[in-house]
Amino acid sequence: MQIKQSALAGTLESSDVQIMLSPAKQGIQFDLVSDVAKQFGDQIKATVLAVLAAYDIDQVTVKVVDKGALDPVIKARAITACQRALAIADQPQWEVL
Amino acid sequence: MENKSKRVIPDKILQAGHYQPFESTDFGQPTIQRVAPKVTAQTGPSKVLDSVKKVVAETVQDGMTISFHHHFREGDFVFNQVMREVIDQGYQDLTLAPSSLTNVMNDIVVEAIEKGVVTNITSSGMRGSLGNAISHGALKNPVIFRSHGNRARAIEAGDIKIDVAFLGVPNADEMGNANGQNGTAAFGSLGYALMDAQYADCLVLLTDELMPYPNTPASIKQTQVDYVVQVDKVGDPDKIGSGATRFTKNPKELQIARMVNEVIIHSPYFKDGFSFQTGSGGAALAVTRFLRQSMIEKQIRASFALGGITKPTTDLLKEGLVQKVMDVQDFDKGAAFSMKESPNQQEIDASWYADPANKGAMVDKLDVAILSALEIDTDFNVNVMTGSDGVIRGAIGGHQDAATANLTIISAPLVRGRIATVVPKVTTAITPGASIDVLVTELGIAINPGRTDLQAALEKVPGLPIFTIEELQQRAEKIVGQAKPLEFTDRVVALAEYRDGSLIDVIKEVKD
Repeated sequence: MQIKQSALAGTLESSDVQIMLSPAKQGIQFDLVSDVAKQFGDQIKATVLAVLAAYDIDQVTVKVVDKGALDPVIKARAITACQRALAIADQPQWEVL
Repeated sequence: MENKSKRVIPDKILQAGHYQPFESTDFGQPTIQRVAPKVTAQTGPSKVLDSVKKVVAETVQDGMTISFHHHFREGDFVFNQVMREVIDQGYQDLTLAPSSLTNVMNDIVVEAIEKGVVTNITSSGMRGSLGNAISHGALKNPVIFRSHGNRARAIEAGDIKIDVAFLGVPNADEMGNANGQNGTAAFGSLGYALMDAQYADCLVLLTDELMPYPNTPASIKQTQVDYVVQVDKVGDPDKIGSGATRFTKNPKELQIARMVNEVIIHSPYFKDGFSFQTGSGGAALAVTRFLRQSMIEKQIRASFALGGITKPTTDLLKEGLVQKVMDVQDFDKGAAFSMKESPNQQEIDASWYADPANKGAMVDKLDVAILSALEIDTDFNVNVMTGSDGVIRGAIGGHQDAATANLTIISAPLVRGRIATVVPKVTTAITPGASIDVLVTELGIAINPGRTDLQAALEKVPGLPIFTIEELQQRAEKIVGQAKPLEFTDRVVALAEYRDGSLIDVIKEVKD
């Protein structure tokens, strides 16, 4: 599924993560900037991709700027970004939580 | 081979540097032959030269070892002026042996490395762009990291042979009598620089305030000085030390500080005449405040406070809660100013402070040391040198030295952002676990299993949860997840000595 609009969730404060989703035609492009990329890059990517999969989003450009966020924070920001990108922010999909 | 800190040191590194692997925190009682500096006699009426350019041309030669102190910290103007001339005059193959390297020195050191001007470095530490360059293999020869006490030892033993020392001072007379306490750029104790003054073959003072002769108090004496160079400014007073020290409001730091204080006051060392050293971080400063309250309540006074000094410590001196402050450096203006005012705040050199190879250092008499850590592992080994990405970004400082105290407490948060502080194995071992007694985190404390006496003393203290260090490590991992191991190449970019001059660990080039 494609997203409806570009969407952003999160801030650049320390221990937060900013996730930007923008429309793409082919597959998922994933870009990560993080001070802890060496140790946690794979886990961050896996967490975000799992949320995208739960929303059936498979055509999107993902830009993640991580400031050392813990996993639940990354998941929450990813969910928010997806809801906004699909323009369903007013209908939370509790089952993906 | 694997040393006693379970770190693998390549044999060729041990052979190339004639190094012994780290064995023990016990220095023993060896007899040591020290070296003496060359002295070029002079009887003239003045040593004043009017330019850095001239003095560099006069004193420096290819292949020499040159040194600096870091008492101006981020406000240093001397290092850059001298290094600019050294680079521009085209010297090659120098060894840089400062007491430490601060951020303001980074760019010019990187330039000097790129141009072949500097080919060896020994320092307490480094950070920023320089640490990054070294960790990426910019320097052919490995950097040698030494603690402040070990630097003193290495200078006395001739392991570091300083050809020319360039020391910035906030005041000096025409013959070189100088101190750190007076002048626009006053910074207090000259502790680390006094080693260079005593052992360099050639000593150049740079100052922006030429005083009437004779200038006292003279921490550096005219008998040691070859040249006095007048410059416009030796430092930026606003960046030399932090301003007024703020009491932390961070609840995590306060919780750690409260528990550190509990550990101290329930230990057998908290009695009249005890001694202590704290660092300069937020939690350490908060500890001083808690400790003050406990000392008043229990009517206990400390015989001395040691090390890098801050205003909260000199306030205790003023209140009479601390009898003497033994001062190797001052972290803030308040402490620097207090040195001038109080006869009970004694300037000490790095050897007196922390050198194992002398007839008795102050750290040997230290009861309580509160130290920080980037990482601490389940063997209590501490890393204060490499960051979570494996890149050099720290300094040994007096960590290894003060850790020989009767009660060494590491105060550190369990996690910083997504980085665990308590880990299965530290990236770089700097201070051996054998010298660490208690770890205090915001969650609770872990006691070195070797200290059953402390276990007994602390187990019934209310509000002081005790865990094993393995439990704390697992708690940290549960919060942040399991980190992927860092990747390094086989190339050694830096050596970490223990305070006795043995090798405790090596730092390898990071793989990006």
